[in-house]
Amino acid sequence: MTGEQALLAVPDMALHRARIAEAERRMRRSGWRRHLPQRGHLVLMPLSIIMVLPFVWMVLTSFMTNSEINRIPPTILPHHLYTGGYSMVLASSDFPYWFLNSLIVSGAAVLAQLVLCSLAGYAFARIHFRGSSVMLILLLATALIPFQLTVIPTFLIFHYLGLINTLGALIVPQLTSALGIYLMYSFFQSFPRELEEAGRIDGCSRLQVFWKIVLPLARPALAALGIITFIYAWNDLFWPLIAITSSRTFTVQVGLTTFQGEHVTQWSAIMAGTALTTVPVLLVFLVGQRRFVQAITGAVKG
Amino acid sequence: MATTLDEATTLDEATIARDANRRIRRSGNIAGWAFAGPSVFIVLGLSFIPMIWAAYLSLTDSNLVSSGHFIGLANYAALTKDPLLRQAFTNTLLLAVLYLPIGLAAGLGVAMLLNQKIKLIGFYRTCFLVPFVASTAAEGLLFGFIFDPDFGIVNAGLQAVGLPRQGFLQNPSQALVVLAIVYFWTQFGFNIVIYLAALQDIPQEVLEAASIDGAGRWSKFWHVVVPTIRPVTIFLMVWGLIDVFQFFDLVYTTTKGGPLNSTLTLVYYIWELAFNFFTAGYGAAVAYVLFFTSLIVIIAALVYGRRHRVAL
Repeated sequence: MTGEQALLAVPDMALHRARIAEAERRMRRSGWRRHLPQRGHLVLMPLSIIMVLPFVWMVLTSFMTNSEINRIPPTILPHHLYTGGYSMVLASSDFPYWFLNSLIVSGAAVLAQLVLCSLAGYAFARIHFRGSSVMLILLLATALIPFQLTVIPTFLIFHYLGLINTLGALIVPQLTSALGIYLMYSFFQSFPRELEEAGRIDGCSRLQVFWKIVLPLARPALAALGIITFIYAWNDLFWPLIAITSSRTFTVQVGLTTFQGEHVTQWSAIMAGTALTTVPVLLVFLVGQRRFVQAITGAVKG
Repeated sequence: MATTLDEATTLDEATIARDANRRIRRSGNIAGWAFAGPSVFIVLGLSFIPMIWAAYLSLTDSNLVSSGHFIGLANYAALTKDPLLRQAFTNTLLLAVLYLPIGLAAGLGVAMLLNQKIKLIGFYRTCFLVPFVASTAAEGLLFGFIFDPDFGIVNAGLQAVGLPRQGFLQNPSQALVVLAIVYFWTQFGFNIVIYLAALQDIPQEVLEAASIDGAGRWSKFWHVVVPTIRPVTIFLMVWGLIDVFQFFDLVYTTTKGGPLNSTLTLVYYIWELAFNFFTAGYGAAVAYVLFFTSLIVIIAALVYGRRHRVAL
């Protein structure tokens, strides 16, 4: 009986193994596994260099004199580190104000969204309250409303509030966001309930549970939200361009665009300005890259 | 006697339970609204109120400063005969056509290369994402310089290899293509990262099973990889369309819609109408047309994607 079974099983197993071996050989031959990784570098290396080359060129140009830039054929490496572009930007334009304004607006946006989005995301994920599901749907639906549809009345609202041409007009719309709420909502949904329940049984109020138990454990999600908010707030051009009219209240992005007309041949100064504008956002990105990638890919999957 | 006592206690328990429930629900209502209220108020207040207001504005001849008079559908009648709007529309669609297919295909291609347990993946991902993360305004200025007809490095390169110098952003027949290239460069990393995450989610067993069934590399790609990541492709398509419909920063920092309106996009046109020419009522009407058009396109993309997935 058992011998018969074994006899029956043996050819089957042999056939099975042979098929697997054949498949593996085919996979190896097709190069799916073995060749592509090595050949990949031949495409990826030049491509990734092309992606960053414009920034390298930006930094190199920012250290060139205008005569070096205007030379034909062009100079690739500056002869010495000319810092005239930088001193022009920092000393004889409002750039320091713009930079500070951008830091204030982005910083305020990050702080506010960390608090407001996590509170709202937690409420939608955990607290049963009247109207919560309708409100959540309405919030997510706002993602379909493009800003250019609402921008004219938004301008009028801030005009009537007396906030046009103040940093307030830039901060208020960034205090919270549907995307941020959604990010925190999906994080809290996958968060273990037991810890909160333990906290509730120990007599903590909801706010205490949130503040002492939930938030410390939500650090990864908060980091992602903070990074995305900072990058978005720092890079925004459209709304500041509309809401701000006087130079000293500009953000860096708006300020930069004024260089175009004024310093039309001062490429050295313009490139110094763009380099200084790009540095903070790149620093934040490089430090928090892992979280940033997790957040944008997670938001797509979720 | 005993039964009445029993009834009394059950009644009591029921009321207590109901009372407790109600209290919990009320405390939930208070806490929920206290937590979510500020966000809900700000987000909904700054989207739905302006949305309704914009609908009203589009029926007036408001000049932004004064609220204007009610003029019915005159703005909508005017925009059907507006050659600039048609131009802006064509340009925006052209950008989508130039960018989207190549943007998605190239993104998937690079993501496939990165998904091969390749070394230096962190380095590559950083390089590809930097243009996506840096500000589009700064990038617009940077490429204005790179493609500058007189001092730009691209023309210097063309000249060095004996090719004629080009006008690029100053040439009406080239400017939009140059913008599409720059735009591709800014969005490439995003497409790659999203596709890479989708590819990493394909179970290795599925690919191995396909191999055992005799599938080659191409048939595996077309019959396993592409259908599996179709939802992500649709997401990237919709996202790309939304983004192209909002195309502003690059135009503002390079061509300002020129030369000869060859790079005038819908949002740039709306901005000009409302905040440069102060025809806010008309601008709102154009914004509404853009809104409904993009909504229709997005829904069409979603429906198409869903039907296609079922068909496969």
